[in-house]
Amino acid sequence: MAELDAGSAAGPRRPRPLSPHLQIYKPMLTMMMSIVHRITGAALYFGMMLIAWWLIAAASGPNAYAYVEWFMSSLIGRLILFGYTWALLHHMFGGIRHLIWDTGHGLEPVEREMLTLATLVGSVSLTLILWVAGYLAMGGPR
Amino acid sequence: MSEPQMRTPMRRVRGLGAAHSGTAHFWHQRVTSVAGIPLSLALVVIIIGLLGRSHAAVVQILGSPLVAIIMLLFIINSAYHMWIGMQEIILDYVHEEKSKLLSLMANTFFVFVVGFVSAYAILKLSFGV
Repeated sequence: MAELDAGSAAGPRRPRPLSPHLQIYKPMLTMMMSIVHRITGAALYFGMMLIAWWLIAAASGPNAYAYVEWFMSSLIGRLILFGYTWALLHHMFGGIRHLIWDTGHGLEPVEREMLTLATLVGSVSLTLILWVAGYLAMGGPR
Repeated sequence: MSEPQMRTPMRRVRGLGAAHSGTAHFWHQRVTSVAGIPLSLALVVIIIGLLGRSHAAVVQILGSPLVAIIMLLFIINSAYHMWIGMQEIILDYVHEEKSKLLSLMANTFFVFVVGFVSAYAILKLSFGV
């Protein structure tokens, strides 16, 4: 650290420069999707409790499952499930993008913007398609 | 690092890093992410397909070999993937040594409990009474 502090010997100690953090930068799509990738990952981490609850309730018996079914059929439950499936698919598409980047491809300015936009469009449309298909297969909402 | 600086930079880099395990987790995260692609798609289809079904139907479907195996693979694969992922988040943001160790420990406990509860449920639906 001696060489870094050499300047302060001449006068009063100046505050050291801070590296810029997120709020300094202009928001960009790749940056936002990087943050969203981490947020969806963390959300899925805690969302696994929902899967565990759902599975253990099914294994416990009709009474325990009825409670899960009641919650998942409510508007808030359906929204959470919808959000969980979107988060999973978005994290999946984001992961595919990272796997492509890991090979050294798709890193040019236009390519990386297109890839990043594709993850967003892909996750939203696939989530909608699967839910619409699911509802159609079930014969409408129930 | 409190050790005397007799080691070469190469020696310090090997097997270290914030997690003290080098790049092994980086590669394992890639392996589990590739496995997670078909498993996640299957899980979303299974979840949507089971919505609104009776308990008896859900038990039958979740306990059937194909669905049960996919669910088990998803749970095991996701448990390892999310353990590495949360460890990476903790190492990025928690720098104080005691909180860091406690967070890492909590991460392991959480993943084991959630993973075992889910796996136990699937096995009980498959084999149990």
